[in-house]
Amino acid sequence: MSGIARILVIDDEPQIRKFLRISLEANGFEVIEAATGKQGIDLCATRTPDLVVLDLGLPDLDGQQVVRRIRDWSPVPIIVLSVRAAEAEKVAALDSGANDYMTKPFGIAEFMARLRAALRSRPAEEGAAQALHRIGDLEVDLAAHRVTLAGAPVKLSRKEFDLLRLLVIHAGRVLTHDHLLREVWGPAHLHDTQYLRVYIGHLRQKLGDDAAEPKLIVNEIGVGYRLMTAE
Amino acid sequence: MEGEDRPQPEALLEQAAREHRGRLKIFLGAAPGVGKTYAMLEDAQRRRKEGADIVIGIVESHGRLETEALMRGLEAIPRQLLSYRGRLLSELDLDAVLARRPALVLVDELAHTNVPGSRHEKRFQDVEELLDAGIDVMTTLNVQHLESLNDIVARITRIRVRETLPDSVLELADEIELIDLPPDELIQRLRAGKVYLRDQAHRAVNHFFSRGNLTALRELALRAAAERVDSQMISYMRAHAIPGPWPASDRLLACVGDGPGAESLVRAAKRAADRQRMPWIALHVLRAESASERGRDQAAAALQLAEQLGGEAVTLPSAADTVDEILDYAAGRNVTRLMVGRPRARRLPHLLPRLRASITERLARRAGHYDVTIVAADSMEAPSPPTIRADETQRPISLRDGLLVAGAVALSTALAFVADFFLDVPNLSLIFLTGVLVVAIRLGLWPSILASLLSFFAYNFFFTVPYHTFAVHQTEDLLTIFFFLVIATLTGNLAGRLRERADHTRQTARRIANLYEFSRRVASAAEIDDVAWAVVSHVANTLQCQAVILLPREAKAGGLEIAAGFPPEDHLTTANWAAAEWAWQHDKPAGWASETLPGSDWLFLPMDTPNGPVGLVGVCFADRTRPLTMAQRRLLSAVVDQAALAVERTNLARDIEEKRLLTETESLRAALLSSISHDLRTPLVSILGSAGSLQSYGDRIPPAQRAELLETIQDEAERLNRFVQNLLDMTRLGYGALTPKRDWIDLRDVIGRARQRLKKPLAAFRLSVELAEDLPLLHADAVLLEQVMANLLDNAAKYAPPGTPITIAARPSDGMVELRVSDRGPGIPPADRAAVFDMFYRVRGGDREKAGTGLGLAICRGIVAAHGGSIRVEDGPDGGASIVVTLPCPAVPAAPAEAGDTP
Repeated sequence: MSGIARILVIDDEPQIRKFLRISLEANGFEVIEAATGKQGIDLCATRTPDLVVLDLGLPDLDGQQVVRRIRDWSPVPIIVLSVRAAEAEKVAALDSGANDYMTKPFGIAEFMARLRAALRSRPAEEGAAQALHRIGDLEVDLAAHRVTLAGAPVKLSRKEFDLLRLLVIHAGRVLTHDHLLREVWGPAHLHDTQYLRVYIGHLRQKLGDDAAEPKLIVNEIGVGYRLMTAE
Repeated sequence: MEGEDRPQPEALLEQAAREHRGRLKIFLGAAPGVGKTYAMLEDAQRRRKEGADIVIGIVESHGRLETEALMRGLEAIPRQLLSYRGRLLSELDLDAVLARRPALVLVDELAHTNVPGSRHEKRFQDVEELLDAGIDVMTTLNVQHLESLNDIVARITRIRVRETLPDSVLELADEIELIDLPPDELIQRLRAGKVYLRDQAHRAVNHFFSRGNLTALRELALRAAAERVDSQMISYMRAHAIPGPWPASDRLLACVGDGPGAESLVRAAKRAADRQRMPWIALHVLRAESASERGRDQAAAALQLAEQLGGEAVTLPSAADTVDEILDYAAGRNVTRLMVGRPRARRLPHLLPRLRASITERLARRAGHYDVTIVAADSMEAPSPPTIRADETQRPISLRDGLLVAGAVALSTALAFVADFFLDVPNLSLIFLTGVLVVAIRLGLWPSILASLLSFFAYNFFFTVPYHTFAVHQTEDLLTIFFFLVIATLTGNLAGRLRERADHTRQTARRIANLYEFSRRVASAAEIDDVAWAVVSHVANTLQCQAVILLPREAKAGGLEIAAGFPPEDHLTTANWAAAEWAWQHDKPAGWASETLPGSDWLFLPMDTPNGPVGLVGVCFADRTRPLTMAQRRLLSAVVDQAALAVERTNLARDIEEKRLLTETESLRAALLSSISHDLRTPLVSILGSAGSLQSYGDRIPPAQRAELLETIQDEAERLNRFVQNLLDMTRLGYGALTPKRDWIDLRDVIGRARQRLKKPLAAFRLSVELAEDLPLLHADAVLLEQVMANLLDNAAKYAPPGTPITIAARPSDGMVELRVSDRGPGIPPADRAAVFDMFYRVRGGDREKAGTGLGLAICRGIVAAHGGSIRVEDGPDGGASIVVTLPCPAVPAAPAEAGDTP
């Protein structure tokens, strides 16, 4: 990434825009602000930001619509902001093409970490092209179908590997349950979440991760899974 | 009497009730032909000219021209045509009048009996309904139709008037106009053919219109009108608290026996009480011995009549001495006058010495300071004079009984022939006596008397000299035969009475057991549905009929619905519904065998309570041609009374529960307000204080303390966030909107996220997680369970001292998953353990400094319950508290088998 990354913040609440701008500018980002969905889409087209922070509860347009309109022509990473108990909304936004989400209220440090991860992982195709991935002690060679943990080889079933591959390519990003199920088991199994739980369980066991205190594969309740990047 | 100078509430109520009702004016006459209808029409014409809205409901002109002329100009409601036994008859069209809603309606002949198939049996009931609807009514009435005068009129005129009206109708009248005509003029009018007379035989008519009769009737009419004026005066004086001369403490007690004269006695009592303006009671003491079913029915009918006539009807259980019982009761009720019927004259007055004086005689002898009135019987009503003594059962001896008696005597004779070889002839009578006793015990009184007579003849015929004749030669034999007859009759009589008494006792016991069983069942039923079911099954079983119970609908829309039926029934025809609705609105029986809509298949009885009817019981018999027997009516009304009590009890219980819920909601609201003001404000105070300090003195505060203030702001804001989250969840729980969005979840994920959320508060504790290896997946809402987990951890962190361990454990147990969060805090006293899950409950003492909403555990319980699980408090393993959540875990559909591992 060259130069200063430009972040577009679309939120109708001036107080939230203000503290985001101050924090982002303090971290060396350039910030442009929009108070409505329409204005946000316009700014996205004219100012070509490197990342969009979008509040799902906008007065003029439905957040989902904004995501879809932007996705029509731009692969720019989008982080959506939403309140808790609106898991369905988050999942819909993610499925429409948003890259990540934050539940309001959120800590600014966590927000920065997500933002950096989203900027880094862009574009996702790049991750797929890259053969070797290293996350902490974990090393995944996508080309050779080889997984090692602290140098020791880990034996995975094919589905387990497929699952890990998806998580690794999108490391740091949350992948919805639907997304994972569709990619690994096919569109007929979108509701068989139990497969996912069982295989994630196996993966965690083999990779030495503890579900009750996960360091590697984190479950976003009601949304999906995320592979933590070492940070 | 105290409070005598205050207006009496009943009198005021009566007045108030009248203001909403229509006004009733009765044109009262002594006999047909005095000109009542004419006077009524004249009055109507006069009012019409004044502009009143008057219609003719029904007026019979009987072809008289003067009457027809007077009807001109008045709007007439077309009559309703009803076909009855092939004849087309016209009646007052009640519904049409109700729909037309005139200010005043003319309804002739108040005492008229409607054609079967009309809504009401009697026209006065139509009039009552019109008055209830607020329509004024003018009507006509002859004095002989009044119920309480029925006997007198019959005695004077020797014609029993079948169409009678309860006296209360007269009391309903706001105005009575007496149409008086001297007897001679009336007789002239009759001769001139100006009096219409229906189906009455010519001779009877002549007799009826005799000068003496008419004078007597005229006096009766004048007196009825005068009494009416009197009672209006009394009512007025009471309403206005004018102390009056009426003797309120005196009472008349009519001792109703179970004979045919009971009703006459009641009517006499009513007249006497009215004349002296004293309240009166009709008392019937049940008697075990020799009270026939028919006699009891007559007593019950008399008591019913007493209630209709405005008296109080009382039944006392049988006592050892009926006279004592009556005197005891009289003493307790301030009775000053006793009224009894004259004992029946014996048919064979001097054949046997009287064993016992009649009740009337004993009562008269022992009455002490009471005035005792002995009333003569009405000869037209019953063949024998009324008596307080129970009638002996006039049970005819059936053919079967006769054959059995003959058989028994034949057997005795055969035995006597055999015994003749061993015994003296006089002793043979013992064998016949035995036979008579057996008959008495098996068949009762009358067969035993027949048996003793037959035995007497058989003995005389076969065993006394001369044989084979009924003649007797020896004095010795004559005496034997005579004593045999006496002894046989006495023992047979005794045994027969004994048997009847036993029968009666058994019947009573069965009825009581039946009612007891029912009341027990109803008492144990807590829900209205159970009560309804108990009522219908009991009614259906004891009366051998179909039964339903109708209760008002829950919704404000009103109306009735079938709460239960036996056999199960959920549909009634429109006609039956009409009867039910009428019974419900008017709080009176309606339908088959009643006075209203008797054409229906069902009979509906209101379940009356002091607070009005609570529902209806409906019965339908397969054989509707036979009317209900008194016993059935009695049983039915006893059951309906019990049912009314039970329904009212459950209604009351429900009201109390509703009230309790309301109070609870109120206190919840109050607690919520205090909780919000406390728990929202505490973190806000810290946040505002810290931020203010930083803003004002930031440059003067050392960096370490500045960081501390900033941390406070952050921590308190997070606490506020958790609180708001709980409030939201609680609101959703309260509205029942919290339905779990279930999916397959891994409890470990949930625990992981909750720990992540509570990283800060948990940092001060040693957290250990003990999860079973074989922990199954749950089919649950992960977001909600995370909230449960977070609340449990938050609570542990709030109450346990920092540095102590907090343990999260989960393991499968019996097809469930048990999740346990234990701390080393102060624990929860056993007494508080159930209550901690209530909203806004906090264990008292020791936690003053802890800010908590008292919502956390309540929300946990709500969420866990929504998942079909349970939550409870236990002692922690090392002191402190353990909250145990149990959640069901259904079988997980298997993942497809998969082959081919990565190399």
